[in-house]
Amino acid sequence: MSAADWRKAMNAGAGRYAWAGGAAGRRAAARPAAQPSSRGEEAIAGGAAAWARWIARRVRARHLLVLLAVLVYPWVATPFFTFQIGAQALALGLIALSLTFLAGYGGMVSLAQMTVAGIAGYMYAIFATSGTDISLRWPWGLAVVLALVIATICATLIGWFSVRTEGIYTIMITLAIGVAFYYLAQQNYSLFNGFQGFQSVMTPAVAGVELRAPIPFYYLALFWSLAGYFFVSYLLRAPFGVALQGIRDNPRRMSALGFNVTAHRVAAYAVAGVLAAIGGILMVWYNGLVSPGSVGTGWLINILIIAVLGGMRHPIGAFVGAIVFVLLQNFAVDLVGRERFNLLIGGVFLVIVLFSPDGVLGWWTQARQYLRTQLNRGPAAAPTQRRGQ
Amino acid sequence: MSLFWRWFWGLVVGVPAAAFVVWGLADNPKLFLTTGMNGLTLAALYFLVASGFTLVFGLMRNVNLAHGSLYLLGAYVGYVVGDRTGSWLMAVAAGFASAALFGLVLQVAVFRFMHGEDLRQTLVTIGLSIMMADILLWIFGGEIYQFDPPRAIYGRTLLPIVEVYPTYRLVLLAMSAAIGVLLWWFLNRTRVGMMIRAGVDDRAMLSAAGVNVQFVFAITFAIGAGLAGFAGVVGGTALSIAPGEDTRYQLASLVVVIVGGMGSVVGAAIGAILIGVAEQFGLAYAPTYSVVFTFVIMALVLAFRPQGILGRRA
Amino acid sequence: MTSLTRRLLWTGVGAAALAAVVAGGAIAQAPAVKIGLLATLEGPFAAGGQDGMRGAELAVKERGGVVAGRKIEIIKASSDAKPDVAVNATRKLVEQDKVDIMVGPLSGSEGIAVKDYSKTQPGITFINGSSGAQATTLQDPSPNFFRFNTEGAQWMVGLGDYAYKTKNYKKMALIAEDYAFPYSQVQGFMTEYCKAGGHVTHKAWVPLGSKDYSSVIAKLPRDVDALLVVLGGADAVNFLTQYEQAGGNKPMVGGSITVDQTVLNFKGKRRESLLGTPSAGPMADSYDGADWKKFVASYKESFKDGFPSPSLFAYVYYINMKATLDGLDAVKGDLSGGQAKYREALKNLKLKTPTGEITLDENRQAIGTTFVTEVAKAADGGFYNKVVKVVPGVNQRLGMSKAEFEKVGLGSRDVPSCP
Repeated sequence: MSAADWRKAMNAGAGRYAWAGGAAGRRAAARPAAQPSSRGEEAIAGGAAAWARWIARRVRARHLLVLLAVLVYPWVATPFFTFQIGAQALALGLIALSLTFLAGYGGMVSLAQMTVAGIAGYMYAIFATSGTDISLRWPWGLAVVLALVIATICATLIGWFSVRTEGIYTIMITLAIGVAFYYLAQQNYSLFNGFQGFQSVMTPAVAGVELRAPIPFYYLALFWSLAGYFFVSYLLRAPFGVALQGIRDNPRRMSALGFNVTAHRVAAYAVAGVLAAIGGILMVWYNGLVSPGSVGTGWLINILIIAVLGGMRHPIGAFVGAIVFVLLQNFAVDLVGRERFNLLIGGVFLVIVLFSPDGVLGWWTQARQYLRTQLNRGPAAAPTQRRGQ
Repeated sequence: MSLFWRWFWGLVVGVPAAAFVVWGLADNPKLFLTTGMNGLTLAALYFLVASGFTLVFGLMRNVNLAHGSLYLLGAYVGYVVGDRTGSWLMAVAAGFASAALFGLVLQVAVFRFMHGEDLRQTLVTIGLSIMMADILLWIFGGEIYQFDPPRAIYGRTLLPIVEVYPTYRLVLLAMSAAIGVLLWWFLNRTRVGMMIRAGVDDRAMLSAAGVNVQFVFAITFAIGAGLAGFAGVVGGTALSIAPGEDTRYQLASLVVVIVGGMGSVVGAAIGAILIGVAEQFGLAYAPTYSVVFTFVIMALVLAFRPQGILGRRA
Repeated sequence: MTSLTRRLLWTGVGAAALAAVVAGGAIAQAPAVKIGLLATLEGPFAAGGQDGMRGAELAVKERGGVVAGRKIEIIKASSDAKPDVAVNATRKLVEQDKVDIMVGPLSGSEGIAVKDYSKTQPGITFINGSSGAQATTLQDPSPNFFRFNTEGAQWMVGLGDYAYKTKNYKKMALIAEDYAFPYSQVQGFMTEYCKAGGHVTHKAWVPLGSKDYSSVIAKLPRDVDALLVVLGGADAVNFLTQYEQAGGNKPMVGGSITVDQTVLNFKGKRRESLLGTPSAGPMADSYDGADWKKFVASYKESFKDGFPSPSLFAYVYYINMKATLDGLDAVKGDLSGGQAKYREALKNLKLKTPTGEITLDENRQAIGTTFVTEVAKAADGGFYNKVVKVVPGVNQRLGMSKAEFEKVGLGSRDVPSCP
């Protein structure tokens, strides 16, 4: 059986999501999450011309439009919007993307993604230069690499602890691990500097360009976000990603087929850990500080809110959710008063979970389908089956 | 686990623990025993909160992350009632009743329609907990509230070696033990309790046997929530009520239930004792690393017995 | 009143004025001066943050909402005592809402983070809210960050001597929360106390917000004369309750926010144990200065839902906002030229406050008065802090020379130490 045939067989059966079990979920199940494109393989095999054809087939006008918009954004927006809204949304989106990857495609909702990001941030602050005495003041490049490696190892460990139990248990365990790390960072003074954390963390300057200035930082965050997004999109179509989705849908069957379910899951945690770690370093550069508050329960849950808000059906959902979240966070004061921000975000989250489990993306998809139905002149016309995004 | 490994791990854990006990008693018996008692009384409080949580999860597979908010709700409502009526016992009753009622409403109005969607239910509870925490902060402000229990139970008792110990903590320990026995009796000697235990074992079969499953769910959620509210008043009397307490007890319940096992009330008791004692000894003897002890226990349990000490594999 | 309603109100007033101008041909009005106001309205200091905002609003009210012919527009923001949230809120106020002057934040760690941010915005003036950590103005001070309130260490000057000589506490044990502000408080107390010959034999640092002091209490040594308790809010109440229940009977010496109004007003009946506790701070409820009495009366009249007497947060936010407005008055509302003239005026300002005069030192840190107090019961049964000593002219080096002070070092978990 060829890989392509096998993939077709896998996707034909249980394509449901573990959680969107209502009517919306059944409708969604009719369209599998990520269509592995066998033509992609042709493209890889057939050289440049085949690539061009593959891109032309898959890339839509809206993709180009969005790409253009995010590239041009800093030149039309104020520095505040570029830095506090744009760059922060991208960095948070990257961390939320790691959660979307794990939860939406791996079926494991891990509340410890912000913990991994926080570990990366703390390790960076410890190895690089900051206003606190504990910092070792090593070159920033070395500090970044070390931080990423340590954070990924921690993510793998967290994964190893969490994967031997089923489904909903994962939320509890990862939340407990996340909170344990919070208390450790708060109580330990020799390494984590306790409640104060690390202040005045230095962001590097590359080739004379100060990376913390709004426009360079925005492009840095954009670069890594795009890299993360394309990496995840690619991975989901590669055998690893498809196997992961298979494990999400039916671990017993996958195990019977000879896949090492635990290994796949732990590897997924590791991949998500790398993404979250990169996001964590971006966040510590953005804030210029890292403290226990950055990895507390509030932030652990905020990442989940971001991922759910945007929709876990597609990697772009993480970034959509991050933009909505950051906008709400900054402008809620003009709506309900900053003190009631939590009420607002909790309410929005509740509404989304109750009425649109696929988040903003779900509404967008429904709106598009509705429009399409109207355009095809009358409800009798069936919505055309699009290929997977 | 084979006999050899059981002995092996028993020794690896038991010998250092025994050595620590001997050293502690020799070094400063008052501190050691006081810390031990503090650990037990904290465990009593954790048990009260965690038992409700584990019941709800065991039966309905609903990880209720708003459990801590129910604790706080019961505490505040109990405070208001106690303030108006001047009676602490009324406050306790009000705490239990208000949380139980709220839980019942939640189950019947919201969770019933999400039957089977575990993750979605959990996300709803997360949203609810955020909103409840903010609403309670709005109504009651950031101030601290203290209860006013009867003088008889709020003084100090004289005990050997420890000398003086807060009476209320001993009362708390006794109350917890009583509740534990009551719960055991309810689960093991009544019809509804039998149905709950059956449901924890096999939900589908319970339904197939003709039991009104939704009724059982509603009762269970009400009891679980009520226990949290009760613990809110009782715990708030020992340590005051303030915003932020909900997160603390939520997390404590999580860890206790992970260690003790899902769906098992006895497991919750064992987990509570382990965690409560570890936390207090850690705070007393190694304050900057106390959380590490709790975490190590949790990690060990997850590594060797992921379903918890007395849990069952789902 | 929400900031939205307030803005609508001011817009309405402005529109009416404009209409009057057009109709009457009078001279044009100067634009409103925007002042950002940041306090913690969430988390453990929520009650203090609310009162801080009341204090700032009182300062604005005293001027009728106008300074130097310009209307005052206050834009509020809230944080939850976390430095990154405070910086985000400040950045929004400065870069998005385009405030001219920034007043805040409330807590010590936030103050350090906002000070760091202020260095990136040289064209805006930042004035402190109530943050009281030493490091904010002693370590890497920022040229456009002004603090018109004395900080945590200055607030304890006089108490060390009082505890040793008047109260005769020769040995003490310390229980304090583990973050920047208590470090400063302890440094201020212990510098004097250790110099006078006292010994602090045991230090217990507890995490912020912890409620369970049983283990801390169990480890307290028996042979001390008193406890130095530097906790705030909910922590202090819990500690006192549990200490009493565990059979503790040692007298206490309180930090500036330990016997503050927020604690003396807590809704329970455990507070009898507080009578007689000495403390120190920048104000005292019972001070019989005429200006202070006027301030208290004004606070009580304006805020029926406030505390019986203004808390430390209300008072400190009040003087910082008053300084902001007095400085604007001195330059007649002229914020041009990167606010250079305004900053000069602030540096040289002799601020008249209800408790005396405040001037700034070379790091733009206030030099002011500290009051040593003791808790007493008033005729109506309420508790208040009775003044027992007044120490004027306290500077950030606590009266020592630069070399001497640097030898002691900034407060931290281990500094100072005199077991």
